[in-house]
Amino acid sequence: METNLALVLLLSPFVGFLFNIFFGKKVSRNVSGAIGTITVVVSFLLSICFFAQLNQNGKPFEISLFDWIQVSNFKLDFGILLDQLSLLWLLFVTGIGSLIHLYSISYMHDDENMHKFFAYLNLFVFFMITLVVGSNLLVMFIGWEGVGLCSYLLIGFWYKNQPYNDAAKKAFIMNRIGDLGFLIGIFILASMCGSLDFTTMKTHFLSIYINTPQNVFLTSLAAFCLFIGACGKSAQLPLYTWLPDAMAGPTPVSALIHAATMVTAGIFMVTRMNFLFEITPEVQNIIAIVGAATALVAASIGLLQNDIKKVLAYSTVSQLGLMFLALGLGAYTVAVFHVITHAFFKACLFLGSGSVIHGLHGEQDMRKMGGLRKAMPITFWTMMISTLAIAGIFPFAGFWSKDEILMVAFEHNKVLWVVASIASIMTAFYMFRLMYLTFFKEFRGTEEQKHHLHESPSLITIPLVILAVLAVIGGAINLPGSMWLNHFLEPILTTKHEAHHLGQQEFMLMGIALAGAIVGIIWANAKYIKGGFVPKQDSEIVGFNKTIYNKYYVDEFYTFIIVKPINGLANFFRTTLEPALGKVVFSFGTLANGIGTQGKKLQNGNLGRYLFVFVIAVCAIITYLFITTPVAQ
Amino acid sequence: MDVTTILLLLLVGAIATFFAGDKLASKVALVFSLGALGLSLYLLNLLNQGTNISFTGSWIANPKVALAFKADGLSMAMVLLTTALTPLIVFSSFGNNFTNAKNFYALVLFMSFAMVGTFLAADGLLYYIFWELALIPIYFIALIWGNDDAEERKKAVVKFFIYTLGGSLFMLIAFAYLYSKAGSFLLEDLYQLDLTATEEGWIFFAFFLAYAIKIPIIPFHTWQAKVYQKAPTVGTMLLSGIMLKMGLYSVIRWQLPIAPNAAKAHMPILIGLSIAGVIYGSIVALRQKDLKKLLAYSSLAHVGLIAAGCYTLTLDGLSGAVSQMIAHGFVIVGLFFAAEVIFRRYETRTIADLGGIRSQTPKFTSMFMILVLASVALPGTFNFVGEFTVLYSLSQVNIWFAVLGGTTIILGAYYMLKMFQDVMLGETNTKVFADVTTNEAITFVAIIAFLLFFGLYPKPIVDLVTPSLNEILEVINK
Repeated sequence: METNLALVLLLSPFVGFLFNIFFGKKVSRNVSGAIGTITVVVSFLLSICFFAQLNQNGKPFEISLFDWIQVSNFKLDFGILLDQLSLLWLLFVTGIGSLIHLYSISYMHDDENMHKFFAYLNLFVFFMITLVVGSNLLVMFIGWEGVGLCSYLLIGFWYKNQPYNDAAKKAFIMNRIGDLGFLIGIFILASMCGSLDFTTMKTHFLSIYINTPQNVFLTSLAAFCLFIGACGKSAQLPLYTWLPDAMAGPTPVSALIHAATMVTAGIFMVTRMNFLFEITPEVQNIIAIVGAATALVAASIGLLQNDIKKVLAYSTVSQLGLMFLALGLGAYTVAVFHVITHAFFKACLFLGSGSVIHGLHGEQDMRKMGGLRKAMPITFWTMMISTLAIAGIFPFAGFWSKDEILMVAFEHNKVLWVVASIASIMTAFYMFRLMYLTFFKEFRGTEEQKHHLHESPSLITIPLVILAVLAVIGGAINLPGSMWLNHFLEPILTTKHEAHHLGQQEFMLMGIALAGAIVGIIWANAKYIKGGFVPKQDSEIVGFNKTIYNKYYVDEFYTFIIVKPINGLANFFRTTLEPALGKVVFSFGTLANGIGTQGKKLQNGNLGRYLFVFVIAVCAIITYLFITTPVAQ
Repeated sequence: MDVTTILLLLLVGAIATFFAGDKLASKVALVFSLGALGLSLYLLNLLNQGTNISFTGSWIANPKVALAFKADGLSMAMVLLTTALTPLIVFSSFGNNFTNAKNFYALVLFMSFAMVGTFLAADGLLYYIFWELALIPIYFIALIWGNDDAEERKKAVVKFFIYTLGGSLFMLIAFAYLYSKAGSFLLEDLYQLDLTATEEGWIFFAFFLAYAIKIPIIPFHTWQAKVYQKAPTVGTMLLSGIMLKMGLYSVIRWQLPIAPNAAKAHMPILIGLSIAGVIYGSIVALRQKDLKKLLAYSSLAHVGLIAAGCYTLTLDGLSGAVSQMIAHGFVIVGLFFAAEVIFRRYETRTIADLGGIRSQTPKFTSMFMILVLASVALPGTFNFVGEFTVLYSLSQVNIWFAVLGGTTIILGAYYMLKMFQDVMLGETNTKVFADVTTNEAITFVAIIAFLLFFGLYPKPIVDLVTPSLNEILEVINK
């Protein structure tokens, strides 16, 4: 029974995918969207059931479905593991997934390929579930690459636009760089542990593993390789540049895949493998530094972006950086806490921006927005709540989770704390900049747009309201004092992370964080409300601002040091080396054949002559055989 | 009942096709190739039940050449690859009209016959004869029914012919030498030979020339792209889907067990060369202007990885190589067919002239996309199973081999997705593109179903080949 339910949980969105691929065009758009949504809701409800059961008896549910890949020293089966971690992820993936599917029924209604959109979205949820519930690293890898594929399909959903296709391709290839790292990590772990099962690997590292220099090197290498994989999927330095470009996809996609769920896969994986990272402190340090650096760099780029979705994209990268900072410091629960609250408010922000873009018929440039507060009150208020949450204002969800990250950082390393705090102040600034430019002052768009300004339909606003409510109360799952999440996740962690006692220092840190957020808000207020500043046209941006506006020219740098050389090499190979090789090798070949002297003549000759040579040679050799064969045979 | 029946059936099929006349030729060829597929499945069933389906008979007394056909799991896997792809290839050509169709399809079946013979022969000379026989039909197929300018084509095809023939002659010399030592061409006798290191070195090198050209391994690949481009699609499919695998199969069956110490001594060079092919092929593929040539270089990259797996001399390497041979056989036939489907409508393979097809053909797009994804070894496809196993085996030899060989998952994604974007996406093409016909769809669906099924459940294939690979490894490590 449980097995069947688990299978339904896994396969329900896949059924939705199949339906929409094969019959989606034949049914009405509403039916297509409804089936897409319902199949995800089914998974959500089943996740709740499993979650309730686990909460009661505390026993994870594990099952092996069938043998998959067999290698000489280990065997991989297709197994499902529903434990605390996977169920937590399932709940918010399918929960937020359901809301975003619902939202998309309205948002994508006018698209001729709406059924395909739902098919891909369903497929994404299916692969995301696979990623989360896999009982070994390779099943996780199926999901890992699968969500990458869906991301590719959905970023390039409007495939007539070649720049969008470029963005999709870029996302896939950059992810694959990470995936190679992931694979190499898998290889090392497999040969060390003789298994890729999470439970077996955990036992191996907790009991059998011996601390020899050789082993330490290998585990560190494996952990580092896995982290490269996480960098690709979760858009960390230096593999983050695909995520802002991924905003080419429809906005529900940005909300679901590129903010709330897929990009948190790296954090899921590191948390899942915490027993490995716990014994590789050097790699943990790297993770913490990369996380903090990403948080700062991305936040600083976010300060000056004018595309509403780009701001949110860099904000996502920055927030993911904070989560990795927590992971690197061994505070897995804190990272997971922030993943969940972030999923609430960031999904809400993206969907809100979608509502705005929808209302403005595709306009994404904040310089052409403004004053939308009155026309779109629900969108405004839900986004405002989420903005307060992401800025870390008491008592919204983001306050609690971000505050814990800052506390952990403060305990371990003051520099990291300062970096994370600066990133947080910037976050408050750019988020309020976004709100002020979009919703306050006068409308700066065309007259025609102004006439059509309206609040979005209820299918769009209902998910917004639900997410906004969660952005308010989401912190409750791990409030200081109750620490429900900490206790819940304890069984899957090897080292216990002590809950913070609310002492003087903690209150002081909370105060500083809150003050920092308020500074950011005041700064934004002074510039955009009091100062009435509107960002300049692209051509007028100069100096260091221009460097930031152009994202530190990182894309250009990558093009210059990687893409161009490879393409140059490809051209050189194609036009020069290939023909040269052909000549050299071929003439060598003919020479060695003993036909060398005749080569030139032969090249113009006909088949008859070749066959003649062939037959002569064969005859010669057979004659030789006859002569050398002992007569006694 | 033994495996010679498959050979007989294919030979009879070739003759029957020839006499069936141009109108019926393709259908007769399809019936016979399907029959061969059914027969090989039946024989596989017998083999799995433990029945001996090998055949040994005497043929020439002096020098002693036996009519020996050995059917173990490895051979049967390759035979099935051939007999499964042949009807698919024949069927896929139903949309084409060939002049002298009876000759054409008879040659296709004859080639299938020769390739099956190569995979089954357990006597050196017999094997050599089949090996060379397979070259003759593809020579004519490419020369007579090929594309583009006849002079250019002739140059490319003749070069291919003489080149592979030249390489094979070294193999013949090696066999002659082995015969002088063993007094027999029988595979099992050759396995027993005790050769000195120098002897092994020369034998290995002679085999290597033949196989490196056939597979091809760089820098012996220069015949490949042009021939793939110029040959008719059926010929390209036969070459890339099956004939390349003759070389790889032969490495496992003949080269490694006969000269194992030479293989061990040169392992780093051999793996290095193979992996260099992976990277080189991938990079050259990036800038190809012709769709078929691009696929040719992708093929070069893929077989490089397979060869690297073979030369690890481990069970994982060999088993991954066999899986990947089969997976690659299917996916490359599918991809060349996609190129053909496009050619049938637009009469061009120049990538720059394509684009904007997706909006007109949802079915074709989906199927082409799945094949592209299989080609880049997305988990869930059989290609992933092969690639994963090979890369794992490489990591066991040296982690850097796995890293370098693994660049294929990045570069492969780069050139394949770039190709897909240039060929399929973008603003709707002004020229009309009709979606796939039922016949075309059947070919695609059969290939895709195969790749997805065994991607999730590769066990039957792996279980089939593992015992015979273990036997070969025993010989290698004796």
